[in-house]
Amino acid sequence: MSPDHSMPLPFEDPQGLERLRQQMLAFARLQLSDEHLAEDAVQEALEGALKNASSFTRQSTLKTWVFSILRHKIADILRGRYREPVREHCKECASDDDLFDEGGHWQAGATPRRWGGTQDLVDKTQFWRVFDACLEALPPEQARVFMMREFIELNSAEICQSLELSTSNLHVLLHRARLKLRACLSENWFSEE
Amino acid sequence: MLSCEQATRLQSERQERSLTMKEKMNLTMHTAICSGCREFGKQVDSLRQLIREDRNCHGSEYPKSRDSEK
Repeated sequence: MSPDHSMPLPFEDPQGLERLRQQMLAFARLQLSDEHLAEDAVQEALEGALKNASSFTRQSTLKTWVFSILRHKIADILRGRYREPVREHCKECASDDDLFDEGGHWQAGATPRRWGGTQDLVDKTQFWRVFDACLEALPPEQARVFMMREFIELNSAEICQSLELSTSNLHVLLHRARLKLRACLSENWFSEE
Repeated sequence: MLSCEQATRLQSERQERSLTMKEKMNLTMHTAICSGCREFGKQVDSLRQLIREDRNCHGSEYPKSRDSEK
């Protein structure tokens, strides 16, 4: 049936389990910026998944399941935990790049052009590595709200409440993040036609 | 007429909320004559789609990729 059948399940394979745990920890740390909370979230997610481990016959199904539990745990923590000081000024909201001219039009060379090959990502692992580098190159607040919105799938209201941001500041941050991510991916991955 | 900065802002906000009728009209008028913003709109949609597909079909390749480099 599935080629994965020949491979041991992560839970039967200590090295596989440790690898999975490290991947989960990296994800949780990035989201929570707190080592202890990240470890707790990962531990709880793994324990939750272990209860049902026998029902998974394929590694990929199990990974999907474990990560989905982890995402929910992180979302719960983010919703409840953040009470950072109110931001009077949103310093990353300022137009800090030179994508547009004074009239708000694309600068020469910054105009988006059609991406080649979005349908067919031959090397996904390599793509996500480039994506990761592009995300890390963003100002931290922009990267964080983008992750909360797109990877954890919190809605605007939840993110605003968590970070005590105004809706309009959130929208500015997401706009900036998308502009820069798009530009970075164009430059480093998608060949523009 | 919207500037490109305003148009892309609306395209980004479209991912978080429904645009008003007036906003939609302004955006449509802008993208009809601006290929750069037209592409931006498509690429923002592609980004979300890539992230969701990866999650749903492959058990989140991201951010595991960061650990696969030994």
